[in-house]
Amino acid sequence: MFVPGNNPGMMADAHIYGPDSIMLDLEDSVTMAEKDAARLLVHHALKTIDYGDTEMVVRINPLNTPYGKKDVEAVIKAGVDVIRMPKTETADEIRELEEEIIKVETELGCVGRTLIMAAIESTMGVINAYDIATASKRMMGIALGAEDYSANLKTQRTPEGMELLLARQTIVVAARAAGIDALDTVYSNLNDMETFRKEVELIKSLGFDGKSIINPRQIEVVNEVFAPKEKEIQKSLTILAAIKEAEKRGSGVIAVNGKMVDRPVVIRAQRTIDLAVASGILTKEDLV
Amino acid sequence: MEIKNAVAGTLESGDIQVQIAPNESKGLQINLESTVAFQFGEQIKKVITETLVELGVEDALVQANDKGALDCTIRARVTAAAVRATGKDVWA
Repeated sequence: MFVPGNNPGMMADAHIYGPDSIMLDLEDSVTMAEKDAARLLVHHALKTIDYGDTEMVVRINPLNTPYGKKDVEAVIKAGVDVIRMPKTETADEIRELEEEIIKVETELGCVGRTLIMAAIESTMGVINAYDIATASKRMMGIALGAEDYSANLKTQRTPEGMELLLARQTIVVAARAAGIDALDTVYSNLNDMETFRKEVELIKSLGFDGKSIINPRQIEVVNEVFAPKEKEIQKSLTILAAIKEAEKRGSGVIAVNGKMVDRPVVIRAQRTIDLAVASGILTKEDLV
Repeated sequence: MEIKNAVAGTLESGDIQVQIAPNESKGLQINLESTVAFQFGEQIKKVITETLVELGVEDALVQANDKGALDCTIRARVTAAAVRATGKDVWA
C-alpha cells in the first residue's frame, strides 16, 4: 500500500489496516520543496513505529536527482526492508543503486540486508525487464508503474487494460524466470470498486503475486480475489500431506484421488497454502 | 551556530509545525501550542530540546504548533526546521 512520505498521520496508521507491505513514498507524492522533510519523517517513522510483520518498502527518488543518494542513506540507516527504485530502464541502474546500498551497509556493518524492487514505468524498462530482474541478488520483485508507461506508450489507461497487456505479461514472465515477485500497478479510481475488482482478477490470472494499492479500502478486494477457496485449500493440504508421506517412504511419485501428483502440482499446492496463510485463512499453527 | 528563520511541518492532524528563529538572548526558548499540552506538553518540549541540542542548536526561538504528533514526527520536523535554519544537512 502506497503511503505519502510527507504525511505523518497516514504513516502512523497505515499498518492498522493490515496490508502485507507498506510503501512509504519519497518520490512523486512529495514536492521538491519538501523532499528533505519527508526523508526525515520516513527515517524517524521507520526507526520508531512498530509496523510488526509488515514488509516496509520506501520508494526513493532516482539516483540522478539531488535526492536519491540521501534517500538511500536515510532509509538504510532506519532499517528499511526493501528500496523501490522508480522508473528503472536498465540493469545498470540497479547495479548503481546496489553500489550505493553497499556503501551505507558497509558503514553500518550490515552488508546484504537491504533488498531491491524495481518499478518498470517505460517501454525501455519493459524491453529490459529480465535484465533488470536479474541485475542483483538483492532483487525481490519487479513492479509495473502504469501511468508513466501509458504516457510513454502514447496511449491512456482503459478499464479493460488492453494497453498494458504486453507490459504485464512481460513483467510476470521476467519475474518468474528470475525467481522473484511480480507486482501490478495501482488503480486510482476509489469510487469504482467493480472495475478495480475486475482488474485484480485479471492480474491474478496473468500470474502476478500482488497488486499495489493506494487506499486501505482496496485491501479487502485484493485479499478476497487472491485468497484461495476452501475446496482448493483442502485439496492442497491433502496433496502436501500425501507427498510428505511418499517422501518418508522414499517415493517421488504419488496419486491423490486417482490423479498423478507431480512436481508442478506440488508447487501449486504449496502456493495455495502460502496464499491461505498470507490471507489469514490458515495460520502457521494450522500447518503443524 | 548561526541560524536564520525556518519552518517545517504542517497543521494537519498527527503533524507538528515547527518555526525556528535566532534568539538574541542565550538559550532555547520554546513556545508550544498543543491540544494535548496539558498531558504531553513537557514531553513535547523535552523532545524538541533534545533534538536541537543533538544538532548543536543551543540558542533559538522555537514556535511549535502541535496537532497530536508522535515523538518520531516531532524529532523529524524539528530536525527539518533546524537543517533549514542552519544550512547543515544530517546526511553524508
